[in-house]
Amino acid sequence: MYGLINRAIECFVTETYGEAVWLRVAARAQPGLRRIEAMLDYPPDLTMRLLDALSQDLERELPALLEDLGTFLVSGQGMVAIRRLLRFGGCEFLDFLTSLEELPGRARMALPDLDLPGLDLLDEGEGCYRLTCQAGMPGYGAVMVGLLRAMADEYGALVLLDYGGEAPDGAETVWIVLVEQAFAKARAFELVRQ
Amino acid sequence: MTADAWVFALLDGMCPLHLVLGPDGRILHAGPTVGRLFAGRSVEGKDLLEVIDVTRPHGITRARDLFAHSGRRLRLALRGGPQTELTGAAHRVGHGDTLVVVLSFGIGLVDAVRAHGLTAADFAITDPSIEMLYLVEAKSAAMDLSRRLNLRLEQARHSAEQRAMSDPLTGLANRSGLDAAMAGLIATDTGFALMHIDLDYFKAVNDTHGHAAGDAILLSVASAMKRETRREDVVARIGGDEFVILLVGLRDRPALDRIATRLIASIEHPVPFGGAHCKVSCSIGTVLSDDYARPNQDRMLADADIALYAAKSAGRATHRFHLGQSGAGETGQIGFDHG
Repeated sequence: MYGLINRAIECFVTETYGEAVWLRVAARAQPGLRRIEAMLDYPPDLTMRLLDALSQDLERELPALLEDLGTFLVSGQGMVAIRRLLRFGGCEFLDFLTSLEELPGRARMALPDLDLPGLDLLDEGEGCYRLTCQAGMPGYGAVMVGLLRAMADEYGALVLLDYGGEAPDGAETVWIVLVEQAFAKARAFELVRQ
Repeated sequence: MTADAWVFALLDGMCPLHLVLGPDGRILHAGPTVGRLFAGRSVEGKDLLEVIDVTRPHGITRARDLFAHSGRRLRLALRGGPQTELTGAAHRVGHGDTLVVVLSFGIGLVDAVRAHGLTAADFAITDPSIEMLYLVEAKSAAMDLSRRLNLRLEQARHSAEQRAMSDPLTGLANRSGLDAAMAGLIATDTGFALMHIDLDYFKAVNDTHGHAAGDAILLSVASAMKRETRREDVVARIGGDEFVILLVGLRDRPALDRIATRLIASIEHPVPFGGAHCKVSCSIGTVLSDDYARPNQDRMLADADIALYAAKSAGRATHRFHLGQSGAGETGQIGFDHG
């Protein structure tokens, strides 16, 4: 199910940087590639090649780009399906945060081929949490930073996020400080799409 | 806390969608989600059947009849408000004078949540209903992606098929397109006439004015053929300057001869090209599917070719019919000389 992830990258690049950048990035990653089909399989290393090509084309560091990608997954145009599915994680931001450990299971429930790295949330006290993203998808932690930032906006929570980088074993750390759960009005969410 | 109070609190938490009935079938207590179904109106003190219909088992006319169905599956429906069906089970408790009816939305979950604007707080934490809603939404999102992919593949297949069946220069059907169309007509027993058309003097135009002029002629001929035929007819280019027209449902020889005459006149219109006027004509041989007990594509094309050859021999710009089986392969002399 790599098509789904690559397709998200395509949408992100096209909407954020324009069609021309996407076509350059796609061609650089794989000659002849123009469009990604979400429901078709692609070689597993294509995702990394796309991201590297994007980083080179824009001359930007990969972690920063991945954070933007994570935010786009939640708040981008046409990303309503992912945003809604994530909201099923809980009524408030803390519920959502706690439900992150279920994320790989939830993803598999939706699409059996979608294998996301495991997530562990550790309560460090005083509103501070450490999210460990297990190895398997390099840069996943950076994506989570952007995604959590956008989800905090969804829930109207005030949080501080910090990317803790990658450990030698490939695991990535994200630091989360929940300053205020009900800082702003949460975006409306109905259990069933109207 | 009285015994009743803690039992009710336990039920409210574990199964917010429940009712507790007294021995007379009146509602002693209703779970918090029941209140949501009745838009906040209290149902306590009312007879169960005043607010909820019991559709299965049959014949429940008094709420207290339910005491005899303890532990069995019930089907129920809300009275009034948006139509909502429920699955339930009645449990006789205490000294047998209290009935706890636990309810669920079952497969009507999505509709019920939408109709009553329910939220996660209306379900017990352990209730997998929210996961079921998640799954429904995830599956329909995935299904939507698949459907869009299928649509794109179908369009690609269709246009590839179109390309495979058509002549790139004129846009007319090619030999494959002709074969497919003929096979369709034969399979559905649709009568048709087949005109085999060969251009006259085309080689001369090509030799004198070049291939670009030849292409201009072919395009002009193709559009003349489209003009002189109907939408449902099939016009195909099957060789350099060889064409076939299938005239669907036409079996009247004089009418076909008139069409052939018009076609020849139309094709003979000079085509301006690079300051010159290029002029070609054509010969036509026609067969009718009606002339065959069992129409066969190759046989019909071969016979039309014989008629075409006869037309050419008769001095070009001429139309000839093939007389079919009954005429033992003879070429008829019906038709007019346009040379």
